[in-house]
Amino acid sequence: MILTLILLTLLILAAVWAVMTRSLMMSAVGLALTSVILSVIIFTLHSPLAAVFELSVCAGLITVVFMSTMSLTKPITRTEFKKQTKDRIKRYWYLPVIMILVGLGCALMLTAPDLKPLAPALENDVRNVMWKIRQVDVLGQIIILLAGVFGVVVLFKERTKND
Amino acid sequence: MINDNANLFLIFGIFTIILGVCGFYCIMVTKNFIRALIGLEILTKAVTLLIIAAGYVSNRIALAQTMVITLIVVEVVVISVAAGIVFGVFKQIGSLNITKMRNLKG
Repeated sequence: MILTLILLTLLILAAVWAVMTRSLMMSAVGLALTSVILSVIIFTLHSPLAAVFELSVCAGLITVVFMSTMSLTKPITRTEFKKQTKDRIKRYWYLPVIMILVGLGCALMLTAPDLKPLAPALENDVRNVMWKIRQVDVLGQIIILLAGVFGVVVLFKERTKND
Repeated sequence: MINDNANLFLIFGIFTIILGVCGFYCIMVTKNFIRALIGLEILTKAVTLLIIAAGYVSNRIALAQTMVITLIVVEVVVISVAAGIVFGVFKQIGSLNITKMRNLKG
């Protein structure tokens, strides 16, 4: 329980750092750190497969996507950066205050849900659930992946002179 | 046991709400396209956390893992296409600043 609380606090801190840090590159690194901590939490909740997915895809692939987008686009100049820094502090310092207030409010207002004992699950093996019970989900994943590939191809298509 | 689980779910719920507030604030306040995507990612992380906690508490962890895998696939596709759109917008207006995107105005 204490380990979970520490990990959850670290998760929130990493997310706040990802949002509040000035450099975009550091922000992407903060997001990867959030993913790593989340995958540790998922692992402690006895879900190793989801943890591995989270670690490899969210902490790895998405960081690469962000980094390549940043390298393809132009960074802001030093004068713009200085100008933005003052502006940023004004806009972002509310965030920790709001988060603490919301957290305290939730802790005071919410009560533990009234859980009723459930019948044991029919199937508790991920492979069986994925391939036998939730087959349509897999089909949906394939369709979404194809749609994403199609979208990226259309977006990055080289334009001819006639267009 | 059930009481323990209920308390655990309450704790996860509170932290999910805090994480969601962080993501929403990032999307609302930022003026940078890429940072808006980072806010979206943080929101998805909050959802992932809640799904896994719900699966653990209700003892249906396999179903929760399947859901999370689907969620991660959708998340990656959304982020990839959104990054492509950000790059396309950058080619058009030459900046990542949202306030400079006024081509459709009036």
